[in-house]
Amino acid sequence: MTWLTPDETTALYLSLNVAGRSVLLDLPIAILIAWLLTRGRFVGRTALDAIVHLPMVLPPVVVGFALLLVFGTRGLIGAWLDRVFDIQLVFTRNGAALATAVMTLPLMVRTIRISLENVDRGLEDAARTLGAGPLDRFATITIPLILPGILAGAVTAFSAGLGEFGAVITFVSNIPGETRTLPLALYTALQLPGGNTEAIRLACISFGLGLSGLLVSEWFARRLRIRFGR
Amino acid sequence: MLRIRLQKRRANFALDAEFEMPTPGVVALFGRSGCGKSTLVNIIAGLLRADSGSIELDGRVLLDTATGTCVAPEARQIGYVFQDTRLFPHLGVEANLRYAERRAHAPAFVSFDAVANLLDLGPLLPRRTHQLSGGEKQRIAIGRALLRQPRLLLLDEPLASLDAARRDEVLPYLETLRDQLAIPMVYVSHQFDEVLRLATHLVIMDAGATVASGEIGEMSLQAPLRAIIGPDAVGAVIDAEVLGTDASSGLQRVRVGRGELAVLAPSATPGAKMRLQILARDVIVATEEPHGLSVRNRLRGTVTAIVSDDAHADLISIDIGGTALLARITKAATRELALRPGVSTWALIKSVSLRGRSFQSAAITSLGSPDG
Repeated sequence: MTWLTPDETTALYLSLNVAGRSVLLDLPIAILIAWLLTRGRFVGRTALDAIVHLPMVLPPVVVGFALLLVFGTRGLIGAWLDRVFDIQLVFTRNGAALATAVMTLPLMVRTIRISLENVDRGLEDAARTLGAGPLDRFATITIPLILPGILAGAVTAFSAGLGEFGAVITFVSNIPGETRTLPLALYTALQLPGGNTEAIRLACISFGLGLSGLLVSEWFARRLRIRFGR
Repeated sequence: MLRIRLQKRRANFALDAEFEMPTPGVVALFGRSGCGKSTLVNIIAGLLRADSGSIELDGRVLLDTATGTCVAPEARQIGYVFQDTRLFPHLGVEANLRYAERRAHAPAFVSFDAVANLLDLGPLLPRRTHQLSGGEKQRIAIGRALLRQPRLLLLDEPLASLDAARRDEVLPYLETLRDQLAIPMVYVSHQFDEVLRLATHLVIMDAGATVASGEIGEMSLQAPLRAIIGPDAVGAVIDAEVLGTDASSGLQRVRVGRGELAVLAPSATPGAKMRLQILARDVIVATEEPHGLSVRNRLRGTVTAIVSDDAHADLISIDIGGTALLARITKAATRELALRPGVSTWALIKSVSLRGRSFQSAAITSLGSPDG
């Protein structure tokens, strides 16, 4: 990519890498939570619903700070991960992916949940009378039916993840080549005298990424409507 | 034998069902919309729970709340054909059928090819489900349920969402199914003509309860059925043996009780049984042998019962030798002819409706019968 500077390329690559891994981390969790919220009958369902959606209403800095407390080197889980697996999250791109995953989880849960609510339970019943057990039904009926929703959720979360700023900078700081994603690079450029041109270039890259994300997401949503016959 | 005894209570609804049916055979659950027929089949399939009761099919207990036995729906080996077909939209036609085939338990008694032939599915296999007509969808749904290798087939108003032409297209397939495979069927309907074509047994439901059940000929004479289908549709249903063709008239002779009737059924083969319906309003009662009438079909019989049908009419049951007819005549006529049980009469039959082939277990063909 000759028309991007090495620093821009690094920031773009980091953003894609962090957002991509956050989506992979989110997917199984989001499907499970969406399933529990749609089909589960248990005490604490409302609480789970609220906790999952917290990152949407909290300032991202608060989420980042909370992650520091829990996953920091002296945090409950952070210290354990460090001791047992030698995994450090603070100041690393792994940490950036985790912060992004937490921030985008509600987006994905919401999309998958709407798909699940639209699934015709009668089809699952039909599969049941044909001899399909619970896991079989889930894998061969439910998942294929909500697949467009899952993909749309993943694309939305990925696009949003590319631009995650507050939680990332709070949790893993702004380290060039490790945690300086596109929005962090843009913020850095704005801090430098004469960095406006650089900031505009970075903003344009972000704009292009976001727009393609929305278009892909819209395409999946249309597939979903076709699949459910609407 | 299929034995059902089920109760379920809800705030605004109570189900209380009890009936038995020999297998193979087709039992029709018949009643007005909303009388609990679908609830009952959903409980039989295991998709809904009953408060108490039991389901026994050919000696296998599928549900018994007294002992805590409840076989999961996926293990009941009951095929279910839904009114709305419920074909999987993300799978093609063939994949829908294979879905059932792959999950069916051995021993298989009907093969994929046999089902495809029986229902003429061949040309539909490469299609997507949304490219099918309503009748075609229902045929695929029936095929899919069959490939589950079911010991019982539930059909919940499979023709209700089809227009008349599509219904006539699917109905013969159901008849073929009944005659060629030895699968017991529970057929839910609120259309009496469908029931007449297919059922061997009838369970009449009203407000969540099974009010009467039995063999269809016997049930056709009873009051609960009249309450649902109305006075104009009441009449004896008789499975009559075809004797042969009368050379002079070209009509087919069929045995009904001790007597014979002449009907127009060119496709009937001697020895086969066909289902006749003789509406009560089409039967004229005479106490002496009548002369000089255009009505040719007449049967000798004995009055067995007189039931008041409404303010002006009586329903007269006439035994014609092991089989009974119903005649609807005015109360004035009952008085004038001094009809009472034991009186010997002539029944003059103005018209006979043919209602398709009768079911005979002996007609089961080379497709074989389920093991065990």
